[in-house]
Amino acid sequence: MCPQIYLDNAATTKVSNNVKQAMLPFFDELYGNPSSMYAFGQQAKEKLEIAREMVAKCLNAKTNEIYFTSGGSESDNWAIYAATQIGMRQNKKHIITSLFEHHAVLHTLKKLEKQGFEVTYLPVHSNGIIRVQELKNAIRPDTCLVTIMFANNEIGTIQPVQEIGNICRENNIIFHTDAVQAVGHVSVDVDKMKIDMLSLSGHKFHGPKGVGALYVRKGIALSNLIEGGAQERGRRAGTENLPAIWGMAVALQDAVNEMEKVAAYELNLRDKLFNALSKIPHSAINGDKDIRLPNNFNMCFEGIEGESLLLLLDDAGICASSGSACTSGSLDPSHVLLAIGRPHEVAHGSLRLSLSKYTTQEEIDYVISKVPEVVDYLRNMSPVWDQLKKGVRKHVL
Amino acid sequence: MFYSEKVMDHFRNPRNVGEIPDADGVGEVGNAKCGDIMRMYIKVQDNIITDVKFMTFGCGSAIATSSMATELVKGKSLDEALALTNQAVVEALDGLPAHKVHCSVLAEEAIKAAIKDYYDKHGINNESVQFCSGNCCGCARAHDYMNEE
Repeated sequence: MCPQIYLDNAATTKVSNNVKQAMLPFFDELYGNPSSMYAFGQQAKEKLEIAREMVAKCLNAKTNEIYFTSGGSESDNWAIYAATQIGMRQNKKHIITSLFEHHAVLHTLKKLEKQGFEVTYLPVHSNGIIRVQELKNAIRPDTCLVTIMFANNEIGTIQPVQEIGNICRENNIIFHTDAVQAVGHVSVDVDKMKIDMLSLSGHKFHGPKGVGALYVRKGIALSNLIEGGAQERGRRAGTENLPAIWGMAVALQDAVNEMEKVAAYELNLRDKLFNALSKIPHSAINGDKDIRLPNNFNMCFEGIEGESLLLLLDDAGICASSGSACTSGSLDPSHVLLAIGRPHEVAHGSLRLSLSKYTTQEEIDYVISKVPEVVDYLRNMSPVWDQLKKGVRKHVL
Repeated sequence: MFYSEKVMDHFRNPRNVGEIPDADGVGEVGNAKCGDIMRMYIKVQDNIITDVKFMTFGCGSAIATSSMATELVKGKSLDEALALTNQAVVEALDGLPAHKVHCSVLAEEAIKAAIKDYYDKHGINNESVQFCSGNCCGCARAHDYMNEE
């Protein structure tokens, strides 16, 4: 078996050695419950609050605006629940979002639609970016929440968050952003960007899994999602996962400190991938090539299906991801690729590679040599490619 | 592993891939929109399938089931080939994950479609044989598909 080349950092990342070492004492030395009265518990409590301060600083938030959660999905669920509770009290039951949000947002909104909320789904166009004018047009007197992701998890395109923040603040509407893919990778300033609520997840920036945070601007009433204890200032019950919280805080601090350097490094390797693999005939980059996360590569290759591509890349030691139906476990290919206008048959043949600071030049060179080989092999056995070649079927890429 | 060793073997080393330019029957089923298309070519002599080849656009199990189906009908009589069930393909592959069973249905239908094409081209009455329309999103998924739409 070839060496493992991990290019699925949008799915999860390796915990850095620094983070791992920082977490260790919390398992068998500083293991006290932060809610306990005695000094040993209070020692843990102190660390918990330091972690909160560390996370707050990285977002330019205030310490008491950070709530620790189990991850991005919980943060998204919680933010939307809380914002719509406020909306209901004011008899405002309209929400604006985008077509290509993460399912943690979309499925929560679907549930709310059944409860009488109306949701406007903004188109994201072929470049994978919402248009600010369309947001403005969608605002109604009863709009209680705008929830639009900071950067898309599949194609990495970055949304005009600052402008969305300005518009929402002017219109007195709560603005939540799912920033799971963005935090630690691109600069995020909740104050300047006028973000009211923001979700983040520890394992997307070399922190541990199962931990995240929700930022809630001071002054926004936060209803509880999880009841049963006084933790998180009475807002989120459950003994704090301090090893993970500490690990996430350290990871975020590291990520923010080295952000520029890492982004430049990833961007260089990512663009090498784009330049080389764009030479594959009848292929296309998904989403805007530049207004995207520095570590995100996503392309479609006509005439092939993504799961076979992933299996063959796996055989070659490459861990990658695809938006094909077979990999999503549903019938339709990725809603993100459909939202940017890729036809079904093309969306099935997508490849996402997401890099990290640990990705090497050698690995990228190897991937650049391997992907065209695998695409070719699959095209040669594909009746769709055969039809395209013979002109029976029209190329769309 | 998600797939059985047998499935991975047939996916990695598919048997009978390619086309038969002078095939006696060609069948194609599936829909690119849904992510799978299978095309089967057969050569027939004295009612026996003397050669069979396939081309498939689809996931790992689509390729593996195509490969296995060709192995199961090669050298068989047309009647024997028509009796091939998707279950036999699944069993020969040591099983498939539940949401991949539709691939074996496609493989069965692709073989049948090739035989139907052979019958039609040779004016052989085949009204007694039940064939699918060929334009499916995988019969097993058809119900879900309607609901999704």
